[in-house]
Amino acid sequence: MAGFISLFQAAVVFGTVIMFGAVGEIITEKSGNLNLGVPGIMYLGGIASLAGVFFYESSTENPNKFLCIIIALLCGFAASAFGGLIYSFLTITLRANQNVTGLTLTIFGSGVANFFGGSLNKLAGGVGQISVAATSSAFRTSIPGLSKLGAVGKLFFSYGWLAYVAIAVAIICQWYLKRTRSGLNLRAVGENPATADAAGINVKAYKYVATCVGAGISGLGGVFYVMDYTKGTWSNDGTIENLGWLAVALVIFTTWRPKNAIWGAYLFGILYWAYFYIGGLTRSSQEIFKMLPYIVTIIVLIVISLRKKKENQPPQALGLAYFREER
Amino acid sequence: MATVEYNKKEAFVRASLRDSIPRYKALLIRLCAVVISLIICAFLIYSITKINPLKVYQAMFEGAFGSVRRSWITVRDTMMLLCIAVGLAPAFKMKFWNTGAEGQILVGGITTAACMIYLKSLPTWLLFICMIVSSCVAGALWGLLPAFFKAKWNTNEILFTLMMNYVAIQLTSFFVALWENPYGSNTVGVINQTGHEGWLGYMFGDNMLFGQEYSLNVIIVMTLTVLMFVYLKYSKHGYEIAVIGDSQNTARYSGISVNKVIIRTMLISGAVCGLSGFLAVSGASHTISTSTAGGRGFTAIIVAWLAKFNTFTMIAISVLIVFLEKGAVEIASQYNLNDYVSSMITGIILFFILGSEFFIRYKLIFRKRNKEVQ
Repeated sequence: MAGFISLFQAAVVFGTVIMFGAVGEIITEKSGNLNLGVPGIMYLGGIASLAGVFFYESSTENPNKFLCIIIALLCGFAASAFGGLIYSFLTITLRANQNVTGLTLTIFGSGVANFFGGSLNKLAGGVGQISVAATSSAFRTSIPGLSKLGAVGKLFFSYGWLAYVAIAVAIICQWYLKRTRSGLNLRAVGENPATADAAGINVKAYKYVATCVGAGISGLGGVFYVMDYTKGTWSNDGTIENLGWLAVALVIFTTWRPKNAIWGAYLFGILYWAYFYIGGLTRSSQEIFKMLPYIVTIIVLIVISLRKKKENQPPQALGLAYFREER
Repeated sequence: MATVEYNKKEAFVRASLRDSIPRYKALLIRLCAVVISLIICAFLIYSITKINPLKVYQAMFEGAFGSVRRSWITVRDTMMLLCIAVGLAPAFKMKFWNTGAEGQILVGGITTAACMIYLKSLPTWLLFICMIVSSCVAGALWGLLPAFFKAKWNTNEILFTLMMNYVAIQLTSFFVALWENPYGSNTVGVINQTGHEGWLGYMFGDNMLFGQEYSLNVIIVMTLTVLMFVYLKYSKHGYEIAVIGDSQNTARYSGISVNKVIIRTMLISGAVCGLSGFLAVSGASHTISTSTAGGRGFTAIIVAWLAKFNTFTMIAISVLIVFLEKGAVEIASQYNLNDYVSSMITGIILFFILGSEFFIRYKLIFRKRNKEVQ
């Protein structure tokens, strides 16, 4: 039981990072933009929140926790939305290829983040690694009282509050896509932009906004990773990049439905950490076990292409550019 | 007043497709993009480090070509990147988005390392045949899987190949743990350090070809570059690839077996990427780790795309990217920064080159001032 609880806890913390990433990417992909820059965007979000808070914390004696949180979220969201803006400008206005632009964004984001993450402290005249303890503890405050409720408390109430925000964001996005007029328009843009255009929907505006907001949400995954997962520090080990690609994988796994991202993310977390809790594995066979999330994604990908159910398909115009003049 | 409102109806600037553009003009636009991006990078570096940007670029040049040894390492890495891009070219020309080069390189690297470890007692020529053949086969199989599903059930190849990368990375971690040397280091270490068995540079014993360790890398990759150019441009296969890339329906109508061509092309693409894994292990690092591919599978996609699948243009772009990489590493070590600055600079420059393509394909027409207003 104790083993299961700690596996579940590890899975939830892990899952929250990729849930943000995946939900943001779903919004982006629903507009027909296949943004392969998710890892880069999560990098940008993570480093921007860390840098913002770092400068704030080092400028005052007693950092206000509330302000810390606001700064972290704002910086993270803004930086990753800016990443989305670069992508949108290049692919929508300048009509560059989506895949290549996305991959470039990943290279750029990982460069920026690892460069500043590794040398921010040195540039500011400090020594050693960057650390924002105060903000990180503010992010990791769990609900008082409830988290002490034995196994139930540990399973459901022991996480930093951003983990619950992730679930809320997923539900809101699901509602937005399924139940609102503007969500319907967005889906129309992703399925068939020409028809949407003919119906009077401003295709460019929808693509721009969806990509930037989607990138912002993905970037919150980076914020959560930095503030909660690594407790307000930075390491250049490339974990965010792996998580970013897993988020892209999760989008497929959810068949483009944000509500599936909630349990899908936790399932990925369990699959990812399973090796740790299965006894008798050698170090090399643990590595084989870590393939699980990717193999499951491949299987899901194959199955949805085999079954050809209309509602499980990717948006029809995904990855295709739309220019009114070139129809 | 009415005329003013009339003017507002026409957009300030609009783009229209160019019929054609002289080659020198296209080159000039790209060159402008690179120069502008270099200026922006210089400002960025200056604002972070307060180092004179000109000195930075001088240091970069030193880092890439400062000594004979450095130049050869630059050449070696250029060849590696070029080899992957050449491997990707046929797949991309077919509009098959092979984002799985990273994985194909790694599996090629694993089999090469396996040969170096287990078959080192074989005669040199046989060992090299084993390494080359096995790395090509491994890469080809890694490419075959997504191609098969794409051909049969139209499974999304971008996401499939992307996931295959991570399967390959875990597979690499598995073998690294299996072969680790010394025990507990979690690295494989340099394989066959003393006897140089299976080291490409030492293929002919200690007398290296042209006295350089990496001359064979250059010969192999250059041969591939020329062969691939001819294959894509002048062979029947290359023509079929081009037709499928433009329109699968046209291809089907003209009697091309689309499924067969997709699978065949991906076998070739995967094999060449697997061969770059052989180059990385046998021809460069003599070890295997999860960073053997090091993101070059992704960078090569950009190289192949920007070169418009012309393998000779790829040489120039590979040189540019590797130069930036080496240069940035040099700045980083000279000024005590970390070398991720190279990814940042590469990213910015690629953004500009990608953006500049727009101005090659389209011309901008600005709103003309209405005569009645004047």
